Amino acid sequence: MDIHALQQIVHKTRDARRQQTIPKFSSEDRDQLIHKYHPDYRASAYRPIRFGPNEGDKTVVELATLLEGDSPIQNNADLTPHYTTDVLVIGGGGAGCAAALHAHAAGSKTILATKLRLGDSNSVMAQGGMQISVAPEDSPVTHFLDTLKGGHMQNDHALLKVMVEDGPAIAKWLLELGVLFDRQADGNLHVKKGGGSSKPRLLTCSDYTGLEIMRVLKDEVINQKIQLLEFAAAIELLSDDSGACSGAIFKDLDNQRHVVVAAKSVILATGGIGRLHIQGFPTSNHYGATGDGLCLSYRMGAKLAHVDTFQYHPSGAVYPEQLIGALVTEGIRSEGGQLVNAKGERFVNELDTRDVVSSSIIRECEEGRGIRTMSGRVGVWLDTPLLDAEHGPGTVEKHFPAMMLQFERFGIDISKDPVLIYPTLHYQNGGVKIDTNSETNVKNLFVAGEASGGLHGRNRLMGNSLLDLMVFGKRSGLTAASRAGSIKQGRLTLNHLQQFREDATKHGNVSGVVSPMILPAYTRKVG
Amino acid sequence: MAQEDTNVIDQPEVMKPRMVTIEIAGKKVEVPEGITVIKAMWYAGQEVVRGVGCLGGFCGACATYYRTKDDPKVRTCLACQTAVQDGMCFTMMPPFPARKATYDIQKLQDPKQDLFNFYPEAPLCRNCNACTEACPQQIDVREGVWKAVFGDFKSVSEMFMDCVMCGMCTPVCIADIAPNLVALYVSRAQGAHFTEKPVGLDTRIKEIQDGRFSDEWNRILKMSEKELADHCATVK
Repeated sequence: MDIHALQQIVHKTRDARRQQTIPKFSSEDRDQLIHKYHPDYRASAYRPIRFGPNEGDKTVVELATLLEGDSPIQNNADLTPHYTTDVLVIGGGGAGCAAALHAHAAGSKTILATKLRLGDSNSVMAQGGMQISVAPEDSPVTHFLDTLKGGHMQNDHALLKVMVEDGPAIAKWLLELGVLFDRQADGNLHVKKGGGSSKPRLLTCSDYTGLEIMRVLKDEVINQKIQLLEFAAAIELLSDDSGACSGAIFKDLDNQRHVVVAAKSVILATGGIGRLHIQGFPTSNHYGATGDGLCLSYRMGAKLAHVDTFQYHPSGAVYPEQLIGALVTEGIRSEGGQLVNAKGERFVNELDTRDVVSSSIIRECEEGRGIRTMSGRVGVWLDTPLLDAEHGPGTVEKHFPAMMLQFERFGIDISKDPVLIYPTLHYQNGGVKIDTNSETNVKNLFVAGEASGGLHGRNRLMGNSLLDLMVFGKRSGLTAASRAGSIKQGRLTLNHLQQFREDATKHGNVSGVVSPMILPAYTRKVG
Repeated sequence: MAQEDTNVIDQPEVMKPRMVTIEIAGKKVEVPEGITVIKAMWYAGQEVVRGVGCLGGFCGACATYYRTKDDPKVRTCLACQTAVQDGMCFTMMPPFPARKATYDIQKLQDPKQDLFNFYPEAPLCRNCNACTEACPQQIDVREGVWKAVFGDFKSVSEMFMDCVMCGMCTPVCIADIAPNLVALYVSRAQGAHFTEKPVGLDTRIKEIQDGRFSDEWNRILKMSEKELADHCATVK
C-alpha cells in the first residue's frame, strides 16, 4: 500500500487521540521495556575490551575494535614540531570553540585543529535547545535531579552539579556574544519543556539553536584570530617522560603529510561516534563523528566511562530515503506531537525520556505495529499536523522552520502530513572520564563535550549536551590556560604507544585495524 | 521483524532502484534515482572531504551548482539535501573568497554606523536579486542587505536565522558584497546591543553566587543512593 494511504490512519484517529492522556511508565515497567527493547541491552552486539585501561569492560564490537586498533604512527616517527603552542584544542565544534575562546581570552597561545572545517560538528545540528534553569519556578537543583533521573542515577554528581550551576553564566556569555535566544514578551528568556524534565528549561533559537550558537562562536574564533589548522585529523597524542600529554600528531587531509604540534596541554573535543553505525543503526551525526578522541585518549592510558551506553534518538526520519537518520526534533513532541502506530494508536507518553520512547518505538515495530516504507525500513508515525490542529494553523511553520524546509525539499509538508520515524543513533552517553576541570587521569590531557563521559550517566536528557559543551569547554580552556603559565613544554615522545603496542602483542594483536577511523568509508568500490 | 502484510508498502522497484544518468563535474555516471547529490558522488566512487559536513542541511559545507535536463538555469543547492534526477549535472562549489571584517562585538560604540566601516560595500547593493536566487535556504537575501543598510537589524536577524553560511550568495553579487557575513555581523550586533537583557537570568546568577541553593545541595548530596532515587521520583 502507498505510504500516503497509510498516513490516513493518523488523520482519521487524530480527534480521538487528542482527548487521550497516556501516563508515563512506572519505574518497573520502564526497566522491563528498556531491557527488552533498547539496543544497549542487545548482548550480542557487545564484547569485552581485551586490554588497556578498561580491560574487561564491555562495549559495542565496533568501538572495541577501534579502541584496540593500532596507531598509524611508527614508534620511531620524527617528532620535530611544526607548531608549538600553550593550548592545543582538537575539534572545531561547540566544545572546541568554547575551549579555544576561553583559553585565548585567558592569555594562552592557542591552536584549534579540526578534521574538517571549523564548526563541522554535531553541535551545529542541535535543534531542540539548551537546558539552563533560568525560570523562577526552576532551580539548578531541580535541573540536577531531573538529569540524574534521566541518567538512571549513574551520573557523576560532581560533574553534574558544576554543569547545572555554571549554566546561567554560560547563557549570559552567549548573549553578550550576540546569540539570539528566543524571548518572552517581558524580555526574559523563553523556556520550553523537554522530555524527562519537570520544568520548562530549554533555551532555544527557533529550531536552529546549535546553528545560531555555532555561527556566533565560529565568527568569534575568527575575530579573535585564533590559529586554525583545518582538514587536520588528529591521529596520535604525544606523551612526555612522566606520561603527561605534550602534544599531538595530525594528518593533513590535503597532502597526507604528518603535522606535529607541541603543546603544554591538549583539549580533546572530538565529539561522538554516530558514524560507526553501531548495530547497523542510521545516525543523525555529522560526517566526522567517528570516535577519534576515544581511541587517542585510550592509547594514552585515559580511562573511559559508560562506553556501553548510547543514545538512540526516538525520532530519526525513515522517509523519504534521502533523510534517513536525520533528526525530527524532540521539540515536536514537546509541543504535543503524538506517536502513532500502524493501528492509529498512541503507545507511549511522548515526553518520557529518550531511552523509554525509543524502546517503545522499537517494540511497536518488532511486534508488527510499524509501518514499512518502500525501501524496507520500518517506523511509526509522528503526528506533526496535530500541532497546527491544537495550537492554530501555521504553528509548525513558525516553530519548526528548519524541519519544514528539510521535508519541503522532498515535497512533504509536515504541517499537513505526519512523518515516519524510527530511533537513530544520536549520542555517545559515555566517553573519557574527566574531573570537574575536564581533565582526564592523564595529566594535561583534557576532554570536553561528547567525547567525555560520566556527566550524562546512562542516558542524556534533551538539551543537556549544548550546555555540557559550553561548560566543560570553558572549564577545560581556563584550566589549561592557567596551567600553561606555570609548566614547561614536555618532551615529545611516543612512550605510551610503545606500552600500548606491547599490551596489544600480549593479547595477540587481535583487532587488525588501524585507528582512528578519521572518516567513514562510504565511497562505493566496484570490482 | 514480524510485520502485518497490510502495513507493507509493496513497491519492489524501490528495492531494485531505477537508475538515472547524471553528470558529476562533467563526467557521466549511472546512479540510483532519488539518492542525494552527495550519496551520488559516493556511489560514483568519489571521496568527498571538502564539501561534506553535517549531512543534515545545517552546516553549509556542501554548496553545489546544478542544472536539470532541458533547463538552462544554473541552480544552487545543498548537496546533502537534494535528490538527483535523470539528466542532472552538478559540480560542488568551493568556498569563495570573501573578506570577513574582524571586530570586537562587545566593544562596538555605534553598531549601525560601524556596519559601513566593516562592510563599506554593503550600501552598494544594486538590487539585482542574484543573492536571493542563489540562497538554498529561501532567505530573501537582497531584502536583508537593504534592511541592514537601513538599520533594521532586528528584521535581518530574524530573516537570517535560517542561514547556514554556505556562501552561495557571495560569488553572484555584482557589488562584491558577502551578504551572509553582513547578516552575521548584524545579527550579532542585534543580540549584543539591541536586545533587552533578561532580568530573570541575572537574578538566577546572583542566587547561585549568593548560595541560595546551598542548603538544598547539602541535603541532597549527603543522601544515600536509595534516598536520592526516591527523592528524584518526587520531582514533578
